Formats: sequence, C-alpha cells, structure tokens
Amino acid sequence: MRTKIPLVVCLAFGVIMFAQYFSNHTIARAVYNNILEWWQIIFAFTLFVGVAAFIKNNLKSISRGKKDTPYKIVSLIGLALMPLLAIIGGTRIGSPFLWSFENMLAPMQATVFSLLAFFVASASFRGFRARTVSATILLLTALIVLIGRIPLAEMISESLPKTTFWIQSYPSMAARRAILIGIGLGSMTTALRVILGIERTYLRGE
Amino acid sequence: MDIGILVAGILTLAVFSFLYKDNPVYKAAESWLIGLSVGYALVIFWQTTIIDLLLVPLFSEGRLILIIPFLLGLMMFSRFSKKTSWLSRIPIALMIGAGAGVAIPAMLYARTLKQMSASVMPIIENGSLNIEAPVVALGVISTLAYFYFSREHKGVMGSTARLGTYFLMIFFGATFGYTVMSRMSTFIGRVDFLLTDFLHLIK
Repeated sequence: MRTKIPLVVCLAFGVIMFAQYFSNHTIARAVYNNILEWWQIIFAFTLFVGVAAFIKNNLKSISRGKKDTPYKIVSLIGLALMPLLAIIGGTRIGSPFLWSFENMLAPMQATVFSLLAFFVASASFRGFRARTVSATILLLTALIVLIGRIPLAEMISESLPKTTFWIQSYPSMAARRAILIGIGLGSMTTALRVILGIERTYLRGE
Repeated sequence: MDIGILVAGILTLAVFSFLYKDNPVYKAAESWLIGLSVGYALVIFWQTTIIDLLLVPLFSEGRLILIIPFLLGLMMFSRFSKKTSWLSRIPIALMIGAGAGVAIPAMLYARTLKQMSASVMPIIENGSLNIEAPVVALGVISTLAYFYFSREHKGVMGSTARLGTYFLMIFFGATFGYTVMSRMSTFIGRVDFLLTDFLHLIK
C-alpha cells in the first residue's frame, strides 16, 4: 500500500494532465486549471516543510554549541524578521518588509551574484590551457566573446562585436539547439517512465 | 545619508570582504542573507499561495474541493515522523505525476519540434547565399551525433561526432564569455552603488 497508492496517484494525474493537452473542452480546461492550483498549494506546503527542517537543523546545531552557533543564530533571526515585518506592516510599497527586501536582500543577492565573476575568472585562468584543438577553440571563442561584449571592442576592431554576435547567433546556437533537442527527448522519456512507474526514485528516502 | 543606503552599503562591503579571505563578517552576512531569503520566500508563498489560492477560496468562497490539496499539503509534514513518513509520498506522487504529464507535450513542442524547425533555414534568401544555414544545420546534426551513443564513434560517425565537439566547445566558450560579462556588469553595478550612493566619491 505504501508504494502502490503513490504509483496509482502518479499514473492517474500524469495521464489526466497529458490527456488534457488534446482537448479544449471546458471540463478538461477546468480539471487542468484545478490540478495546477492543487500543484501550487502542495508546492507551498513543501516549502514550509523545508523551512521547518531548516529551523530544526539550526536549533539542533545551536543546542550542541558548535563553532558556527553565532551564524546559525543570525540565520534564524533573519528568518524570523521577514514574517514579523510582514505581520506588523504588511507587504505593500513602503512597508518595512519591502524596505528589508530592497535594502538588505536585493543588494546582498546582487553582490553574491557579482562575486561569481571572480571565481569563474580565476578558475578559468587556472583551468584553460590550449593543449588540444577542442581546448583552443573553447579558449579562442571565450576570448572573442569576452572582448567583443565590451565598448573597447569597437576601438580594437569594428568586426569584433559583429564576430561575437555571429558566433553567439549561429555556431553556438546550433550546439545549443542540439543540446535542447537532447534535453527535450530525455525529459519526455523520463516523464513517461515516471508516469508508468518504471522510474521510482521519488519513492525512496522517507 | 538615507538609512537604507547605509545598510545596503555595509552589507555589500561585508559580502565583498570575501574577496580578501573567508572571514567572520562575510560568514555573518552570508547567514543573514540565507535567513532573509528563506523568510522572504515564506511570506511570499504564504500570501500568494496559501491565502490567495487556498484559505480565501476555501473559507470565503466555499470551494470545498480545496480541502483535498490542503490535506495533501499537510501530509508533507508526515516526513518528520518515521512511522508516518510514507504518507508524504502521496502528495509528492501527485506533483511528480502532474508535472510529468504536462512535461511530455510541452517538451515535445518547445524543446524538440520548435528547435528542429528553427534549425532549418533557407540556403538561398532573397537571391543570395545564406552561409549561416549550412553552419547551423551542420552544427545541430554533428552535435546530436556526438550525443548518439547507440553506435560506435568510428568512420563517418566518428568524424561527425568530432565536429560536434568543436561546435560544443564554441558553445561552451561563448556561454562562458557571456556569463563572465553578465557577472561583471553586476559587479560594476555594485561598485557604482558603493562609490556613488554610499561613499559619494562619484557625483
């Protein structure tokens, strides 16, 4: 029963959602929209489970008095702060909640995002070596695109930005399309395996 | 100075301090970011999903059918008990099954058929040769040949697959360059904020 019920649920909802694609009937549309709504609601609950697990693990770590306890406390304060501000002042424009988003969360996210430029650049500096034909092509393309996307590129050569655009639009796009076709075919077969109950990885790890 | 700019500036500097080395200020800022992000997601999902899609329609509009996803959602919490954790498989199965059902036609259309049709371009356009058409066709076919493992990469298949790796290298190089430049533009944005709004060094 512990395995059969989930398999039946998966098959039933998989078939319903797949079949609705071929019908424009009002009932089919209503069923589709309802299930999508259910999906969103359950997804929100999975997030709450994640938050509960986050709190549980942090509290466990704090109670053990490990070295990183102050950071765990900071995380938990941050977690508590946002809902608290939302309860006190709502989430409208000008509310403390939105102020925290604009002046704390967004700047930090952008800064962490920008830090990756240094990590990627330093990793590539250590890793990029033109030892083979493939590696040389990779290196040259990266260099052309890197230089071609800055204003200085036009000063070096007028054709550099055009070459960058051509590389990104045609040979690079061709490989990208092939990868996307592969992803599409792979996703379809995996989805079919999941619906038919051949792929059951999600039933593990209770 | 505006208190918001002051806070944003201090937090930006705290994150940038990692460029020197891993330090307690960065770790605190990182933990603060994690906490705020989780809290923010919690509020947004509570408001846009639980209130708007569940509680208001269920209690104000009387849409009793929503009790089903409500109960299924609550079943997710059974994961915290070893005895009842199997119950959480049911809502997971619904999400995975429904997602897979939607994915089959969507993937077939957007990822496969659309990409295939976009790969076929006219060789002669407005009376002139379109050199990009064979480049794209060759690139798609050779890259697909590289990922085709049901036949040994020997002879014509081997040469085509090797050509495919060259196209893949062009793709990886271009993607790398593009990614670095997009991160760089964000970095410039943050430095501009620090020098202009926070430190007032640039007017």
